[in-house]
Amino acid sequence: MKKTWIIARHEFKTTIRRISYILLTISFPLLALLGMLVYLGVTQWGGEGAPPEELKIGYVDETGVFDKYTSPDGVVFILYDTKEEATEALLSDEVSEYFLIPENYLETGVIERYTTKRELELPGTIALMEDFLVANLLSGEVSEEVLARAQTPLLPLSYRLDPETGEIIPPENPFIAFGMPFIFAILFMLSIFSTSGFLLQGVAEEKENRLIEILLSSVSARQLLSGKVMGLGAAGLMQIVVWLISAVVLAAIASATILPIGGLTIPIGLIVFGVIYFILGYLLFGILMAGLGSIGATARESSQWTTIIVLPAVIPIMLIGLFITNPGHVVFTILTLFPLSAPVTAVMRLSIGSLPAWELLLSIAILIASILGAMWLASRVFRTFLLMYGKRPSLGELWRYIREG
Amino acid sequence: MDTTLLIILVVAIVVIITLRLMLRSFRQRQDRLKDISEEAPSLKKAAIADDTPLETKAQFEKEAQSEKEPQVEISHVYKSFGGNEVVKDVSFTLGPGEVFGLVGPNGAGKTTTIRMLMDIIRPDSGEIRVFGQPLDEDTKNRIGYLPEERGLYQKMRVSDSLVYLASLKNVEPRVAKERGEELLRQVDMLPHKGKKISELSRGMGQIIQFLVTIAHNPDLIILDEPFAGLDPVNRQLLKDIAIELKRQGKTIILSTHMMNEVEEMCDRILMIDEGRVVLYGELAEIKWRFRNNSVFVGCEGTIGELEGVSGRKEHGKVVELFLDGETSPQKILSQLVERDIKVDRFEVSTPSLNEIFLQVVKR
Repeated sequence: MKKTWIIARHEFKTTIRRISYILLTISFPLLALLGMLVYLGVTQWGGEGAPPEELKIGYVDETGVFDKYTSPDGVVFILYDTKEEATEALLSDEVSEYFLIPENYLETGVIERYTTKRELELPGTIALMEDFLVANLLSGEVSEEVLARAQTPLLPLSYRLDPETGEIIPPENPFIAFGMPFIFAILFMLSIFSTSGFLLQGVAEEKENRLIEILLSSVSARQLLSGKVMGLGAAGLMQIVVWLISAVVLAAIASATILPIGGLTIPIGLIVFGVIYFILGYLLFGILMAGLGSIGATARESSQWTTIIVLPAVIPIMLIGLFITNPGHVVFTILTLFPLSAPVTAVMRLSIGSLPAWELLLSIAILIASILGAMWLASRVFRTFLLMYGKRPSLGELWRYIREG
Repeated sequence: MDTTLLIILVVAIVVIITLRLMLRSFRQRQDRLKDISEEAPSLKKAAIADDTPLETKAQFEKEAQSEKEPQVEISHVYKSFGGNEVVKDVSFTLGPGEVFGLVGPNGAGKTTTIRMLMDIIRPDSGEIRVFGQPLDEDTKNRIGYLPEERGLYQKMRVSDSLVYLASLKNVEPRVAKERGEELLRQVDMLPHKGKKISELSRGMGQIIQFLVTIAHNPDLIILDEPFAGLDPVNRQLLKDIAIELKRQGKTIILSTHMMNEVEEMCDRILMIDEGRVVLYGELAEIKWRFRNNSVFVGCEGTIGELEGVSGRKEHGKVVELFLDGETSPQKILSQLVERDIKVDRFEVSTPSLNEIFLQVVKR
């Protein structure tokens, strides 16, 4: 036990002195601070920009009835007699685009739009054109109020009711709903992978530098493995704690200074379970990585193997689009229960508070079971391959060593 | 108010980083000052270090008790990997203060035997006892092992390497530091103690590796191919340290396929081939057993006809006399003395260990 502690302390000290560790640890708070400074700089000292230029849209009217409301807010509609004139005006940049109202417009509703820009989707000018057409069509038929309503029939205000009490749940801040899960998942994954990556690198380096046999002449493989996992885990935990604390502090500052994210707080459940999931996730990946580190002959060779276990963990991040629109999708329940993707998915769901208690407990239980399984596997592989140099085992050999132990 | 808070935060971070850097450079300067102040008395200590034994009185007593009891007992050990028997029925014992040669061709099972002795791998069957007890953490702490596949943390400083690896042998860091510096002083490498391992030359690295092996003052030292890749100067340096350790009563196992080193240093040997013991015992006795049936005689004048000599061969000034099966070398010598021949040299011809090795392994 004492030797495990010595190894853990040594690994901790070596890791927190690594440049890459220090950079990663301080980069998040620094970047967030920088972002806030830039925001403040832009809003407070940047001053008002130049007033936007008035938009000019040309049109050719073959029906002869669209002649009113030609200059609503921010846009001027300029009438041209022929299509040729309008084209010339467009090419000489007098107007940014033009449209043609054909004679049979009332029957078909077809409007031809001409522009020189390459567009992937319909731009905002379509709405302006709609307003112009509606205004002219209804002109004289209805009152100004009805006209205004016809142009903007609804301004939605939706409320979410608590399904049990029926009370109104205060509206969610879009930044919290969309931004938080993403930022947390990324940070969380970075930390787990950087720390377990150090573990892989450490084991592979010791193997590459031929230190393993010297270490094993003093400590057992189990002591070596657990010492390393503990020491590096502590370093990773420190990183996560630094990030969480700075997130709390920064969120407090940000919600006071930056209006769009007012009312941003980090839920306490996220911190507690974040730490729990970090420890479990790190243990699982760390043990797997250490096992992989012992298989390859060099650090580079070993890291090629890690793709197998890293890929499942990245899946929830790749599905972030689906997650934002539909966090309750069954895919996320599966990902929460699958051990390799569980930590990241759970943290994403916790950050917006959409993780039911049974899934939380079940996923933690499955994680713990897989950690024990990984330990059993790794300890069998670790002892055998640590002393095997220059030979990459085939999958068949790997399986045989696992069976023989 | 918010901007003030931000500025305070940034300033605080900058201040913390600056303070840390200052503290670090201050510590480094202090270390350097300490080095310089230690340099002077160290010269005096080095002069007397040769004849001051490193052990404490308690260890002397412990060794006196274990004077007779074997340090290593290996009996009928077998080990196979994936159906391939690497070590078959190997047994030997080893007393205190002995230099024991473990010899054999590459792949004979030497390293596997040593790894089992270090509890790095477990034997399939057979018993291994070290210091009179089964292997455990305590026995590991009393063994120093220089593996054939060896290396150090490239980015770690020399003194830190010595202290860390010794602390894994249950030595207090303070004690390990003192002993490490004493060893560095003995090999004139104290000025390099603050260097990283990667900054050392290859030869220096090998010396540090050897010092790591003995930094925790082990009672049993196992050296696996210790001289591989060493230049003659460093080879001699290692040999001198090893002889000094033997003088202090340490037991040394030397595993190698360099027979001349074994002949020079070992009292007894175990030769294994394809996992099996082929020779075991006193080196001198083995050589006598494998002696050629001839003697070398160097003398003034001619020898003439001798009883029991079946042939002769001139080797410059020396004549090799081949004996018939029944005559002993003593009988030849007494004949020479009787005839009053002035003998400069008389030597029973024994093959070198290398020749014995080739002979045995071929068989």
